[in-house]
Amino acid sequence: MEEKQNFQTSLDFNQNIFKPSTREEIVEIVKNCYKKSIPLEISGLQSKNKIGRNFQAEKTLDLSNYKGIIDYKPEELYIKVKAGTPISEIEEALKKNNQQLAFEPNDFGYLFSGESNSGSIGGVVACNFAGSRRFKVGSVRDHLLGFQGVNGKGETIKSGGTVVKNVTGYDLCKILSGSFGTLTVLTEISIKVLPKPETSKTLIIKNPHVKKALDYLGQSLSSSTDPSGGVFYPDYFGKNFILNDLTHDGGLTGIRIEGPMNSVDQRIDRLSKELDLIDNEFSVLDSVQTEIFWNKTKNLEVFKNSKSNLIRIVVPISETLQVIQKLKKDDLNYFIDWGGSLIWMAFDHLNSKILAEIKEITKNHQGYYTLIKIEDDFKASADIFTIDPIKYKISEKIKKSFDPKRIFNPGKMYTGI
Amino acid sequence: MSSLQMPKVDSSVLSKKDKIVSDIGRIINPKNVLSHPDELRPFETDGLTAYRQMPLVVVMPETVEEVSNILKYCNDNKVKVVPRGAGTGLSGGSLPLEDCVLMAMGKFNKILEIDYENRCVVTQPCVTNLAITHAVQDKGFYYAPDPSSQIACSIGGNVAENSGGVHSLKYGATTNNLLGIEVVLMDGTITKFGGKAMDSEGYDFLGLMTGSEGLLGVITEVTVKILKSPEIVKAALIGFPTIEDAGNCVAEIIAEGCIPAGMEIMDKALTKATNDYSKAGYPTDAEAMMIVEFDGTEHEVEAYIEKAKQIAEKNNSSSLKVSKSNEERLKFWAGRKAAFPACGVLAPDYMCMDGSIPRGKLAEVLREITRLSKKYDLPVANAFHAGDGNLHPLIMFDANDKNSLKKCEDFGADILKYCVKVGGALTGEHGVGIEKRELMCEAFNDKDIQQQLTIKVALDPNSLLNPGKVYPILRKCAEEGRVHVHGGKTKFPDIPRF
Repeated sequence: MEEKQNFQTSLDFNQNIFKPSTREEIVEIVKNCYKKSIPLEISGLQSKNKIGRNFQAEKTLDLSNYKGIIDYKPEELYIKVKAGTPISEIEEALKKNNQQLAFEPNDFGYLFSGESNSGSIGGVVACNFAGSRRFKVGSVRDHLLGFQGVNGKGETIKSGGTVVKNVTGYDLCKILSGSFGTLTVLTEISIKVLPKPETSKTLIIKNPHVKKALDYLGQSLSSSTDPSGGVFYPDYFGKNFILNDLTHDGGLTGIRIEGPMNSVDQRIDRLSKELDLIDNEFSVLDSVQTEIFWNKTKNLEVFKNSKSNLIRIVVPISETLQVIQKLKKDDLNYFIDWGGSLIWMAFDHLNSKILAEIKEITKNHQGYYTLIKIEDDFKASADIFTIDPIKYKISEKIKKSFDPKRIFNPGKMYTGI
Repeated sequence: MSSLQMPKVDSSVLSKKDKIVSDIGRIINPKNVLSHPDELRPFETDGLTAYRQMPLVVVMPETVEEVSNILKYCNDNKVKVVPRGAGTGLSGGSLPLEDCVLMAMGKFNKILEIDYENRCVVTQPCVTNLAITHAVQDKGFYYAPDPSSQIACSIGGNVAENSGGVHSLKYGATTNNLLGIEVVLMDGTITKFGGKAMDSEGYDFLGLMTGSEGLLGVITEVTVKILKSPEIVKAALIGFPTIEDAGNCVAEIIAEGCIPAGMEIMDKALTKATNDYSKAGYPTDAEAMMIVEFDGTEHEVEAYIEKAKQIAEKNNSSSLKVSKSNEERLKFWAGRKAAFPACGVLAPDYMCMDGSIPRGKLAEVLREITRLSKKYDLPVANAFHAGDGNLHPLIMFDANDKNSLKKCEDFGADILKYCVKVGGALTGEHGVGIEKRELMCEAFNDKDIQQQLTIKVALDPNSLLNPGKVYPILRKCAEEGRVHVHGGKTKFPDIPRF
């Protein structure tokens, strides 16, 4: 759709926070900021705004009023929404049709404010953080079918659509996922939805040792029992789960199996045999408890009242043990998600020396880290994301192609981008 | 060669042919630089055989450093480069240009590492799609995307085209099964995007490169994830009295929460043609025939097959057969996989279209295709990856009759435009290439296309890498060629196409 070139609104450009409710207003704000080279902070529901580098922006583009479901076709497996739509509203609508966002968006509200705030769909796409089902169904970027957005010149652009199979032109959905609002203001988002499994159960293995846990997870993910979640909580986090069928409070490995009822029972049974578990070594959570357990996991609830810094480390599963052994000091807590590939690690104290060490270790083990929560004093100088010089150079060019005057979230990811 | 406009030929490059050959002969083994017309001939076309063009020179690098040095040389000397994998693509993505260096990646043909612990395979780009599965199947693993040409198409080409296949509804296309690539940019920069770890930091260049049809970089290494093979696979063969019933059945199966591994529909014309051709035992009296396949554990598959049966009966199915053995299941597929050659028997030529539509629009789109078939007076048979909305109408014509070819092309363009009109896409899995280039403005406006071109210019400022593909040169919506098959012979008649 061609935008209206002569659209006039009653926007007051002297204000510092814009809360547009139409795309035309967004276009006008961006065009104005482009013309005057005014840096703009793109903001949604404030659930993940603390993630990223500190940066100076003269104005804020608050998309929380730009919300609502535009089109939901359960039988076509997609929902099209405005970017500021809360995840909770989307999940509520999907629930009525027994569908879900299969990538399980993390709820960072518990971590940052002590209570639930799963944010907006725009924010979830911008950060591209997926929950426990990642290794089976992919990340947020794998579920983004299409978008409409406003680039740094105020031009409305689109890519993709609402159908799953579409190879028309460059896949801009991918480059925008995880770009932290530095390339384009997303306005409309079409996202793939999937049926909720008929039931789900979780095999809980009592086990305090990370090495053993990684063995269990590796074996499960390579089995034909087709798990959809695999976590390890060490001893000190075991007590965080109070569930009827969780009969001990120490370290545990949790493996989720989903599907039709008969099949889930059969696979849980088979998995416990394949892993050589003896009776008093494991328990099985029913679907209600399973939901609670995995919600707590995706919401990082074990870190709810923690004052620590939190780092998200992703490495190939073969490297996880060594990375943990090298990083683990007496004063830090962690848990493992994504069947062994994702480590959430809390550090009471962080300084540039420790961070340099983490950077070196993750890089040597073919992975990367993102600083999720970090003490204010240190934030100004710390590298929140890792990048190498070649990719930095390419990123600069890509940034320029979308946002030539660097007005969107300048410096949020990297200096100069 | 048709009249499709290609980028302006640089006569100074043509006149420097000998120098370019000898210069590149110093960068790589001169035996891997081909310049005699007899040596160039095999590279003049890819799977889209209606278009042919001899390149200036063919180079066959053996290492990533050689790729980098050639690209740097060409960039410095303003010579166009067209990358090529196995050359099986159906949209003309690796069609040479008269003044180009055609970079044939055929010597990158080794699997480098099989890593079961991280469930991935690291491979050079010209290993075939199926060879990856073959390399890991003894341990019960496989690589999920299965384009019909998987026996011959290269994994690097799959990345460039973001290839799909019959199973992409459940398992995704190439982009969803890729962990990392090594790529060389036009200025010779060698870099890696992604790796064995899931997702990557910063902008998702892996996702941007995937499906970019060789316009942004040359892929020199690929890391794909592998999956554990399902315990059992079962299929049901279902006949319906109307297309609407079949379409409703598809929608209901999905709405019920069953995601099949594959779900295919053929119309009556194709059902009859394939059954005559392959003796697959299809219900030839049915207006539409569906194959629906589920995989997983035994109980899971049984439960889904039972549900699919109930839904089919509710939607007036006229016949229903569930595979009792793997042999029977493969027999169900044999006919479907023979769809293209079966059409070759019905008419001297056919063109295969590749539109994508919302599943619920199937009946409407097929009605429109029937109307157009009458309007253009050309028969058409329809195959449909119903699970993911990917439609492959096969338009039959006679290329010896110029009027018939023109009518066929107009017919094809009208179908694709209609796909876009109902909310679908110009291409589901074959790519834009040169074939659908002029239709891009049906799907995008100038600003959309300009944004994409700006990305291209950011990474390849002189527009030397695979120019003339994907994006219209004059930004006009002409109607141009399709997958053209003459006398039942494609470029690779032994590669299945479905």
